[in-house]
Amino acid sequence: MTTRSESSRPRTLAEKVWDDHLVVKGEDGSPDLLYIDLHLVHEVTSPQAFDGLRLAGRPVRRPDLTIATEDHNTPTLDIDKPIADLTSRTQIDTLRKNAAEFGIRLHSLGDVEQGIVHVVGPQLGLTMPGITVVCGDSHTSTHGAFGAMAFGIGTSEVEHVLATQTLPLKPFKTMAITVEGTLRPGVTAKDIILAVIAKIGTGGGQGYVLEYRGSAIRSLSMDGRMTVCNMSIEAGARAGMVAPDQTTYDYLEGRAHAPKGADWDAAVEYWNTLATDDDAAFDAEVFLDANELEPFVTWGTNPGQGVSLSESIPDPSLIIDPNERASAERALEYMDLEAGTPLKDVHVDAVFMGSCTNSRIEDLRAFASIIKGQKKADGVRVMVVPGSARVRIEAEAEGIDKIVTEFGAEWRFAGCSMCLGMNPDQLAPGERCASTSNRNFEGRQGKGGRTHLVSPLVAAATAIRGTLSSPWDLENAGVPSAPEGVHA
Amino acid sequence: MEKVSTVTGVAMPLKRSNVDTDQIIPAVFLKRVTKTGFDDALFYAWRQDPEFVLNRPEFTGARILFAGSDFGTGSSREHAVWALRDYGFDAVLSPRFGDIFRGNSGKQGLLTGEISEDAMEKIWAIIDARPGIEASIDLVAKTARIGDLTVPFEIDDYTRWRLLEGLDDIGLTLRDEAQITQFEGRRESWRPRTLPVQQVAGE
Ligand code: SF4
Repeated sequence: MTTRSESSRPRTLAEKVWDDHLVVKGEDGSPDLLYIDLHLVHEVTSPQAFDGLRLAGRPVRRPDLTIATEDHNTPTLDIDKPIADLTSRTQIDTLRKNAAEFGIRLHSLGDVEQGIVHVVGPQLGLTMPGITVVCGDSHTSTHGAFGAMAFGIGTSEVEHVLATQTLPLKPFKTMAITVEGTLRPGVTAKDIILAVIAKIGTGGGQGYVLEYRGSAIRSLSMDGRMTVCNMSIEAGARAGMVAPDQTTYDYLEGRAHAPKGADWDAAVEYWNTLATDDDAAFDAEVFLDANELEPFVTWGTNPGQGVSLSESIPDPSLIIDPNERASAERALEYMDLEAGTPLKDVHVDAVFMGSCTNSRIEDLRAFASIIKGQKKADGVRVMVVPGSARVRIEAEAEGIDKIVTEFGAEWRFAGCSMCLGMNPDQLAPGERCASTSNRNFEGRQGKGGRTHLVSPLVAAATAIRGTLSSPWDLENAGVPSAPEGVHA
Repeated sequence: MEKVSTVTGVAMPLKRSNVDTDQIIPAVFLKRVTKTGFDDALFYAWRQDPEFVLNRPEFTGARILFAGSDFGTGSSREHAVWALRDYGFDAVLSPRFGDIFRGNSGKQGLLTGEISEDAMEKIWAIIDARPGIEASIDLVAKTARIGDLTVPFEIDDYTRWRLLEGLDDIGLTLRDEAQITQFEGRRESWRPRTLPVQQVAGE
């Protein structure tokens, strides 16, 4: 029997994973000490953590549970040349030195396993159900798609995990997000999560671990579930999770680090016990009807400011909450948009297809399926950035690179790229971008840049038409047209 | 982390309130990759003024900062504490602190104590009369002494205990190391490994 804590109390998925990682139970309001199964490291949030270890003369406790990759600062062009920006280069060089000194496995630029940390972990089979995963990065919630408890931590916590492989944590509350129904063709995981955030707000998940449930979530692929869990943090939640099932096991089995043989059997037996008990209670519940969902887009400067693409830009004066109204007014000013304008009339200057939200192979396939045989709109810059070197290779084997370049778009090397513009991939001031990433904050993709968060399908349709568009707006791309009753 | 029970050294006045962490250390220094060497970044903007208290020779080598109310508000950057430590400060007293800054300080061995506004005015007056005078902080008794004046200060018991014991977060956790090792002993073999598994005796 692999389960450690026997409990008769009905528990949620999150509570089960938590309980099975308790090293020390906190008393009198002090935090629990949890064991960390997997620690992912990248160049931006790790330098001072390693420096702290060095100053205190401490080793990394478990290099064999730690893995590093270069992603935030890496260029996506000319990757064999030295990195021009000094800060970027220093961070990368520092990670290389630290990894060598402390014995940590590192996938550097040019390595076949290099890529965005949240794409690399699952792809190697390191991310699996029932484990705890941390990384000095808020989008660590991505890994929850496997039924892992995964959350972002700060630099001093990175140091703490390096030194002790544990983290003192106060228990979270749990929230069920139930999405029932069937997504219409053209509607994707990204639209689900954008709709969830628009519904509960960017602070709605604060203090919670979200568990995504319901038939619409069950029928998502692993790549889709990762997209959903990735953006849990944008609703303010610490983590998002999906209970493991056959889809999870099929994705994992045979991957480099997935359990093998008897270990696999033992693991699956345990993983099958993880799903939330029928009579377990959540601290909060939210419902969403998948049948009703349309392609979604954000109009403002936080991920909660989104609506269906068929709608118009909302009128801030109709918002009752004074803070939200002020925030909407400010957002429209920054975005240079006017209330009442149909979103489909909004022209873009750029399309970014990438980021840990949407840069896995299925995302690229979805994007390619729409643009295949088409030409991009004049004057629109289109950049396609695979999430990892391996995704890039896989896509090239399928001819996706050719579809992308024939379309008139740029086919780049792997990394975070224009998701946050730490490398040279940035928007110019005033430029407007339809982006498959996760944050539309002011200046996120470059100073003065304006971001509309969208799915890969919407990104593709927008790249073709030059205005925010859904695949339903395209006539001859071999794509689904607007379902009946929907105003395309 | 070193144990702290008393701090004695030159007292520096900072007669400003609402000193946020961006003033303690501007964002541009966040790009650095080390945890030390931030002494030149402390109060960077204000230091450009030759009259600023940090530039006055009487206060060279100061170890105790007497600051106005609401010290360390704003962004959560831990660099603010590193910069104060690197400059040589072992203690900051103020009528009130930003919460996160105060939490970060306790973890990095920087003593922060709250004293009344009234006491602060008196201390400033003493320093004005005798610039370069030393002060002494007694963490056990929770008092600050300067010249003939002794005032009590507030610090929460937990932080005080940690400072007296010299325990940073990691040190605290490592007190439970035996339990961590026990936990590791019962971890299942299917759980992920990033490196080729080495046969370690006993595992
Ligand atoms: S792709 Fe964007 S959100 Fe994801 S890890 Fe990189 S910078 Fe962060």
